[in-house]
Amino acid sequence: MDLDSMQRIIEQAKGLRKPIWQVVMDYDVETRMTTPEASMERMRATWRAMVDAADAYSGDRRSLSGLVGGDGERMRTYYRHHNSIGGEFTAEVIAQALAMGENNACMNRIVAAPTAGACGVMPAVLIPLWRKEGIPEDKMVEALYVSSAIGAVIAAKASISGAAGGCQAEIGSASAMAAGALTYLHGGMPEQICHAVAMALKNLMGLVCDPVAGLVEVPCVKRNVIGAMNAIAAADMALAGIQSRIPVDEVIEAMGDVGRRLPEEFRETALGGLAVTPTGRAVKERMAGNKKKHRTLTIKDGRWKMARPEEKSGAPS
Amino acid sequence: MIDIFDILGPVMVGPSSSHTAGAVRIGNMARTLLGEQPVRARIMLHGSFAETGTGHGTDKALVAGLLGEEPDDYDIPNSFQTAAEQGLRFTFEEIRLRDAHPNSVVLELEGAAGAHLKMQACSIGGGQIEVRELDGVPVNFTGRTNTLIIHNQDSKGYIADVTTTLSRAGINIANMNLCRDRRGGNAIMVIETDEKVPPVVLQFLKEYTGISHITYYEKEEK
Repeated sequence: MDLDSMQRIIEQAKGLRKPIWQVVMDYDVETRMTTPEASMERMRATWRAMVDAADAYSGDRRSLSGLVGGDGERMRTYYRHHNSIGGEFTAEVIAQALAMGENNACMNRIVAAPTAGACGVMPAVLIPLWRKEGIPEDKMVEALYVSSAIGAVIAAKASISGAAGGCQAEIGSASAMAAGALTYLHGGMPEQICHAVAMALKNLMGLVCDPVAGLVEVPCVKRNVIGAMNAIAAADMALAGIQSRIPVDEVIEAMGDVGRRLPEEFRETALGGLAVTPTGRAVKERMAGNKKKHRTLTIKDGRWKMARPEEKSGAPS
Repeated sequence: MIDIFDILGPVMVGPSSSHTAGAVRIGNMARTLLGEQPVRARIMLHGSFAETGTGHGTDKALVAGLLGEEPDDYDIPNSFQTAAEQGLRFTFEEIRLRDAHPNSVVLELEGAAGAHLKMQACSIGGGQIEVRELDGVPVNFTGRTNTLIIHNQDSKGYIADVTTTLSRAGINIANMNLCRDRRGGNAIMVIETDEKVPPVVLQFLKEYTGISHITYYEKEEK
């Protein structure tokens, strides 16, 4: 079986009388020539890496550009001392999305899910829910299988790369994966999982990838927040029995089509959107200045040394 | 076939799977192919690697890979210091390549025991890489499977020798790719295998006259 249609995956699961996660695990065992135990262990390690990354967050770190850092901490301080509008759970989801996005921008270890830029969405919804409801780890691992299948179908039929399909392919896909996982964790039927995925993707369709100075910082970190909040909304709608009028596989096809037709300026090239605002351009120029300085910086005999411009094109040192 | 751990993963140091994780893998691949600790590296960045590499830590990631670090190594942000401690000297410059992927790099390496390597590779997204040129010979492999790289003089019979040896060792060939710079000149045989190639088989292959050099890259096991 290929993971290229949500409909086929749930039909397969029904035919075999297996839960979706198990069908996905069988697929992994087959394609990577491994054992069910080894597959489960690797997925467990992936889950633990997410939790470890969340625990390792520090509000003191700043990204290479200096644009990003400290907002996850700021959000937590706020909701602990103030009456936040969406309540504590929602505020922690926001804080976790920011914190993980900042982890990534600040060169900390993260789990790309499905990409590094969108790495905050899944942990932002899964970790607070896991803590709040005391969900067993095995169940979280199962939910990750479900979301990996969703990501795989999107990768096969549309794209999970901002350069190919815009931000909808990264934050949108992450949001759909998270929505499916949440629906599964709250006992949703396979059809409800599909509706959650469809609704999550539809809500973010067309989102452009316009990173300031080409860096995975602005607006990427905060877009993890909308991916997470959207996932919660889509999962709750699906669990309430609300259906997507457009079937999930058609939504994914449409998303692929939108991605392919997005102008190049909106596909990670930093030539459109927020990247070309006056402030965005100023950041880029500042980074270019840093780069120039940086390029001539070499290490010789264990010591930092600024090479002269004329040495730059010469033989390697 | 999509690997679900490419969807949920890799576990990596940020910020970018293509500009950071892929760059570490490229450095690591180059180190493996060099076959020894590199002491000098000339690193030439092309396209988006040159444009946004600094902000993505591509420079630190490439050096980390050259030091043998993996994409999830906490040392990646400090790799320049580690390089200084381990005696790796390096320079960065920009290069414009023709018809190359935007995330491309050319690495010229010198090893501790005097080995040399020139490699062009690109990072194609999601942390996946492709090696495009080795010592002037065009190649195409990814390191996603176990990979044998055999340098030999272009002449008759080597392919048969090599494939027979692998077949007798019970090793299945997944992909195979042959390139040479000119007729009778240097040839590179790239063989991707399903099974691991044990050291004894590598040693046996090295005995064939005309095979000048063999390197072997074993896929990352997680």
